[in-house]
Parts: sequence; C-alpha cells; structure tokens
Amino acid sequence: MEKLMSWIDDRFPLTQVWEEHMAKYYAPKNFNFWYFFGSLAILMLVMQIITGIFLTMHYKPDTQLAFASVEYIMRDVPWGWLMRYMHAIGASMFFVVVYLHMFRALIYGSYRGPRELIWIFGMVIFIALMAESFMGYLLPWGNMSFWGAQVIISLFGAIPYVGDGLVEWLRGDYVISDATLNRFFAFHVAAVPLVLVILVFLHIVALHKVGSNNPDGIEIKENKDANGIPLDGIPFHPYYTVKDIVGVIVFLMVFSAIIFFAPELGGWFLEADNFTPADPVSTPAHIVPLWYFTPYYSILRAVTWEWLPGGAKLWGVIAMGASLVILFFLPWLDRSPVKSIRYRGGIFKAALAIFIAAFLGLGWLGTQPAEGINLLLAQIGMFLYFAFFLLMPIYTTLDSTKPVPERLT
Amino acid sequence: MKKLFLLLTLISMPAFASGGGAHLDEVDIDMSDTASLQRGAGMFVNYCLSCHSAAFMRYNRMAADLQIPEEVVEDNMMFTADRIGGLMKTTMPAKDAKQWFGKTPPDLSLIARSRGPEWIYTYMRSFYLDDNSPSGWNNVLFEKVAMPHVLYNLQGARHAIFKKDEHGKEVFERYEMVKPGSLNEEEFDAAVRDLTNFLVYLAEPAQMVRVKLGVYVLIFLAIFFVFAYLLKKEYWKDVH
Repeated sequence: MEKLMSWIDDRFPLTQVWEEHMAKYYAPKNFNFWYFFGSLAILMLVMQIITGIFLTMHYKPDTQLAFASVEYIMRDVPWGWLMRYMHAIGASMFFVVVYLHMFRALIYGSYRGPRELIWIFGMVIFIALMAESFMGYLLPWGNMSFWGAQVIISLFGAIPYVGDGLVEWLRGDYVISDATLNRFFAFHVAAVPLVLVILVFLHIVALHKVGSNNPDGIEIKENKDANGIPLDGIPFHPYYTVKDIVGVIVFLMVFSAIIFFAPELGGWFLEADNFTPADPVSTPAHIVPLWYFTPYYSILRAVTWEWLPGGAKLWGVIAMGASLVILFFLPWLDRSPVKSIRYRGGIFKAALAIFIAAFLGLGWLGTQPAEGINLLLAQIGMFLYFAFFLLMPIYTTLDSTKPVPERLT
Repeated sequence: MKKLFLLLTLISMPAFASGGGAHLDEVDIDMSDTASLQRGAGMFVNYCLSCHSAAFMRYNRMAADLQIPEEVVEDNMMFTADRIGGLMKTTMPAKDAKQWFGKTPPDLSLIARSRGPEWIYTYMRSFYLDDNSPSGWNNVLFEKVAMPHVLYNLQGARHAIFKKDEHGKEVFERYEMVKPGSLNEEEFDAAVRDLTNFLVYLAEPAQMVRVKLGVYVLIFLAIFFVFAYLLKKEYWKDVH
C-alpha cells in the first residue's frame, strides 16, 4: 500500500492534495448549524447529476414525446419514480440549502475580505443554478413548464432595440417549440452542469486558499502554534467529515420525508398545472414560478410605473436584474469593522431582520396575483430589499459594535 | 412586447383556474382500501374509458396493484386493448371526439394530480339537466362543460335551482330530482368516492410502494443517525 502510494505521489500529488484539503486543512473549531449547508450543497449537486444521468436515459427531448416520457419514467421504468422525485424535489432542496448557505454568509460576514472572491464565485454559482433550474423546468413539457418559459423568455423582449431579435434567438423559433426544448435540454444536461462543477471547484479552491470564516468572524490564522497550526483550528478530516455525516443524515431525513410522503409539498415543489401537458392555447389562469424564483418575480412585477422612460416592463426587468447584481457588491457595501452578527450593533440586526422579512414577503407575494394591496406590499418589499444594500455603507459605518475577542469563543 | 403585456395581464388575474372559490366537497382518499379501488376501476373502465383515455397506464400494472387477477381484467375490463400489457387507450378517435364534443376529452391518467381529488369528487356529483347545452347536461362546478352526465342512470337526472344574490348574480341553491337513478344519494356518493379513489391511484401508481418504502428509509436513517452521532461525539470529545 505504501509502495503504491509513493508510486502515485511521484506522478500525482495525491497525498499532498489530501492533506492540504482534508487531513491538514484547518477549519475553525466552532462551526455551528449554519455551516452544514456548504457540504450539503455539494451533496445536492452530486445527487442532481447522478439522478439526472438516469433520467436522461429515458427522457425524450421532443415536444411530442417529452411529457409521456416523464410519465413513462414515473410508471414503467424500475425505480424511475424515485429518480424523478429525487431530481425534481432535489432542485427545490438544492435551493433551500443554497439560500441557507447564503444566509450564513450574510450573518457571519463570510463575504468580507479576504473572502470576496469566494462570495463572487458563489454568486455566479447561484445565477448558474437559477439558469439550470429554469431550463430544467421546461423539460417535463407540462403546461406550467411551457408558460413559465414563455413569460421568462419574453422578458428579454423588454430590452430596447435588440429585444425581439434576442427572444427569437433564445427560443430558436417564433414560439416556444421543439427547438427551444432541445436547446434547453442541451444546456440543462451538458453546458450548465459543466459550468457549475467548474465554479464549485473554484469556490472551494478560493475558500481553501484563505480558510473558512466562522461564527465569530475572526481569523484563526492570526493565532498559530509553534508548528504554524492555527490554535483554534481542527483538521477538516476527521472532525468535520464525521460531523457533516450527521448533518447529511438529518438532511436526508427531511428530504426523504418529502419524497416519500409529500412529493408535491402542497404544490410548492411540484405544481398541479404541470401535470397537464403543455398547451399553447390554454394559459394557466395563474402563472407562478417555483418558490425559489418568486422573490425576484415579485420585484419584476412590482415595477408598474408607466411614466418611466422606456416603460414599466423594461424597468421591471432592470429591477429584477439589479436585485441579483447588487448581491455581487456586498463585500464592498459592508463597512462595519466587525464581520459577525455576534459583535454588530442594533442597526445592522434590525436592517437584516427587515431584509429577511422583505425577502420572504416578496417570495410569498410572487405566488399571489400582483394587484391591489399585494402590489403595494411588493413595492414596499422591493424598496426595503434595495435599501438594505444601498444604505449599507451608511448604517454599517454608523452602527455601534462590540469588542471582538482575540480567540474563538 | 404586446405578448409580454398580455402575459403580465393574465398573470395578474386572480386564480379561477380550477373553479377556484367554488365549494369543493371533502373526500376520503385511502390507497389501502383495495375493495374501493377495485370498484373504482370497474366504474372507470365502464363509464370513463369509452371517451377518455388513461394512456400512461397499463392494464397489467393496474391488475397487479389492485390485486385483480389478470384473467378477470382480460375478460371483463379490457375493452380497449388486446394485450394485458397494453396501455389504457380509448377507442374513440381523437378527431371524431373533437367533432362530437367540441373538445377532445382529456386524458385522465393525471387528472387527480392536476385537478385534485376534491375537485373530481365534487365535479362528478354536480351535473344537472340543461336544455340550453348541446349535450343536455350542465355542471355547477364546471359551467358549460362539454361532457354529459355519464353516471345519470346511477344518480338520476336532476334540475339545478338557482337564485339571485344581492348583486343580481345567479348562484346555485339546490338540486331537484327529476328522475331518480338506480342508487340513492348515499350509495351514489360512495360510488363516486370509489371512482375518485381510483383516479388518485391512477395518477401515481408509485404511491402504492412509495409510502411503504418511505417508512423503512426513515427507520434506516434514524438508526444511521444514532451511530453517526456517536461517532462524531467520540471524535469531538477532545475538542474544547
């Protein structure tokens, strides 16, 4: 065994990689509940790829066959129903995990220097994941698949001058059609997953270069022992591998409970309208994207001021785009001398609470008709969403902070 | 641009999708009630399958899941296929159906998942006589539906009495029996419940194993959790 290892190590840095990234990668010893979601996100990525491969073996990207091929998987392919549920519900669970992972970064300041690039890679992953799920959602060729794609692709039509041509180019046709389904399939199973895997790799490389943040938001590398090992660090393996296994099991219990006992989750994970085949002449009375898109969808619909130059639709699209783009700037918007919420003052805590309420509120409003009081609430939610970021340089400067400890608590 | 505007307008309309707002009656769905599922299957092949298809479902799958001997299915239930492994298609050509009804009767494989069991249970019990409709029937839940009341010889033929509400809008008040059918109200409700139960099964045959398997999966994970937790504790006892 030893001989084999040295044979490999002479040709490939196996032991070195293992030590640098697992056995001698020192992570802060005080990771709490919020730190499970990074490894869970990797679990979900792998699970989506594996279940996706099995689905691809039976799925047919053809408007005449797609819907029936999904039902064939659900009924005639042995264990096909399990693969399909794991994949479709897995998409929602992936977003649950990613949102909680991002929330962790928000409360402990994980996006702050020197981790700006980790955050930016993460944001690109988030956007790629949205593209991946959006294109995957067309594939079952249900009626909501069709109309959801119709609405979202039409958004590009709001761009001045090039809009209409761009929409046609994206669809590959004048309508959502076989050409659209086939290209979405190509992107969903090959292009975007490849990009995602590379981005996740970069995200982890950047993380391991600077080391993990922690709930105290202080750098463990500033206190090292004689051997250069952080005093508050513990090797990722075995400590966090055994801990993450516990997290994985608890997560799988939740995931399994949904898959086996409530796969539709009351319409939140699988929509009733998507059990009807795509019908270009029958619009669902209520086109609703899946829950993880609804906060941004709400922002899109909240802009109704027709007096804006170029019209309200264009500005709705801009607002929705801006709501994502602004996240990229988070590391530079935050001017607080401390990272973690543990040592921040009341203003930041209040701002964060308002932001979370606005985000969840926008998410719920995105599932409701945008009219009357709902529209007003969505506009307020949008205002609060942007205020959290745009005012951040001011309130994080003004905010009081508590003294940060030298060592982890 | 125009299309986008139309879409956004449509989006902003309230959800009247599946008769939203209408009162739906509760129905007791029970996948372990095999007798009910078998009766429902009998009704389905006799009353529904002549116009509607269930083209994602195979006869032998139904036979196996509902514990109906294949010979019984072959002799008494297979009107639309000659092989037990065949799909539950309809004999009515879609083109003719469209001409006769104005709309091709939808495939029913997934109807319980797109409409919901309460909707089906209510819908099948909401037909009434209407001289103004092409089929002679109308439905309180689904106004001007093209489908006639296929279970009228069981339920009987009824008139619906409407009254004007304070806004002058016609609202349904009650039914009035014109010609009783072979079942009384309680028996008919039970029969429609059987049919609804079957349609719920039909929409997802995998649920027969899904729920049972889920229990074992969770038990396995719970045991795994205990060992994983103890392992974690053992490793972490020297971290302070």
